Amino acid sequence: MDTSAPAPLPPPPGAQQPHGLHLELALQLLEQSGREAPSGEAGSTVWLQSLIDALVELSSRDALTGLSNRRTFELALAREIDRVARSGEPALLLTLDVDYFKQVNDTHGHTAGDLVIQAVSRALAETVRPMDLVARVGGEEFSIVLPNCPAAFGPQVAERIRTRVEREAVTIAPGQSIGVTISIGGAFAPQWVRTTPRLWMDRADVQLYRAKNEGRNRCCLEAAAVSQVSAEEKGLLFATSQFQGLE
Amino acid sequence: MSSATHAGAGARITAITSGKGGVGKTFVSANLAAALARQGQRVLVLDADLGLANLDVVLNLYPKLTLHDVFTGKTTLDDAILPAPGGFSVLLAGSGMIEYSRLTPAVRDLLHDVVVRVRPRFDHVLLDTGAGISDVVLYTVSLADEIVIVATPEPTSLTDAYATIKVLAANQARRSIRLLVNQSQRAGEARAIRNQLQLVVDRYVNTTLDEPLTIELLGDVPLDTSVREAVLRRELLLDAWPGSAAAQALVAAGARLLGA
Repeated sequence: MDTSAPAPLPPPPGAQQPHGLHLELALQLLEQSGREAPSGEAGSTVWLQSLIDALVELSSRDALTGLSNRRTFELALAREIDRVARSGEPALLLTLDVDYFKQVNDTHGHTAGDLVIQAVSRALAETVRPMDLVARVGGEEFSIVLPNCPAAFGPQVAERIRTRVEREAVTIAPGQSIGVTISIGGAFAPQWVRTTPRLWMDRADVQLYRAKNEGRNRCCLEAAAVSQVSAEEKGLLFATSQFQGLE
Repeated sequence: MSSATHAGAGARITAITSGKGGVGKTFVSANLAAALARQGQRVLVLDADLGLANLDVVLNLYPKLTLHDVFTGKTTLDDAILPAPGGFSVLLAGSGMIEYSRLTPAVRDLLHDVVVRVRPRFDHVLLDTGAGISDVVLYTVSLADEIVIVATPEPTSLTDAYATIKVLAANQARRSIRLLVNQSQRAGEARAIRNQLQLVVDRYVNTTLDEPLTIELLGDVPLDTSVREAVLRRELLLDAWPGSAAAQALVAAGARLLGA
């Protein structure tokens, strides 16, 4: 359908202003963001739903990278906490940021900085599973929620993400490319236990600071979930002679 | 983290929990309550095993009114608090509480409300929690002033007791937990178990804490055929076989709980 009508001109009766709604700005916003115009007959319920869906989608994304934004991320985190508390499935939260990003901006300019952010975003999105959620939560900060990620796989997953970004050469100008690295912190949701998004994010942040302090371009994950009892602990627990005495 | 109900006078609130199920947690709660009642204490056992409550079975009660009815507003708290054999009071969960087995804000508020309201009316409230370390159990435990973990000498029970202790140390900043060993098979076994648990806690948990967690042995209830008999007859051990070794051990544990 035709959406090229400039906003100031009166739209065809009933089309762009169904039920007296002022939708010009909404339609402009969609067009500007490169999204398709709503489908269905203009003004119909289907068309309005499609417009709302597109706006919801737009408001859940980060404009620069197309990743989920902070709002979507926090919603996903809360949902995951709910699921973990109910099902006991392990879930991992990774939080990461680009090492020495300020230097990239200062040395090469903000356009180069934006290109780096976009390149890192692509690398992250390509490295995780479809069920994982990658979000840009701040300037050069990203978070990834990984549902149903067993504790044993955590370090591998984080390391795969780190090396994938490390390998990527970012072209910041014709014939000029730079390499960037990221530091990653991670924490598992405590199984069966309802935590809060804030607490979980803080725990992952603590690990990120650790990765930064230990020299950057590395992954630090919080030690195994507290309710798990390691073989070592069991060994000591049953090391006493009292168990040998029982038939 | 201090309990939400600490403020103000009222009952001392003790959570009885276990990690693993089937270790005699409800049996211990009921008989410990009877032991406290014999010391002249006004005692309430709150059946906080919302998913699989069975205090009514242990006590041979067929309540018309339960915690469920309080939650749904069908009855008042006063009407749901029932006298139990043994001279204490009970607030039973009853079946049909399965929808409360998940900690929603509503369940949390209701549990909190019930605990706050019963607190001024008793000297001692025992919270008989469910097995495991679900969020309902952890929340119930968070309402208590002190925690008793019931464990048997079986390795699986000890592992789960240890896991529970770890979680409580980390999530609730508990620094003192009491242990009651049920079905111990020989003298000194409970003490040895307590010492071994403390050793593992010192090595793997206390190294991560600012202030060390201490496990205190509250009781050592020996394996005793009279327990099985009393359970099958659905009577309190303290009523059925007050002279048995297990009953004496529970009375001693009750006295220790009061002495604290």
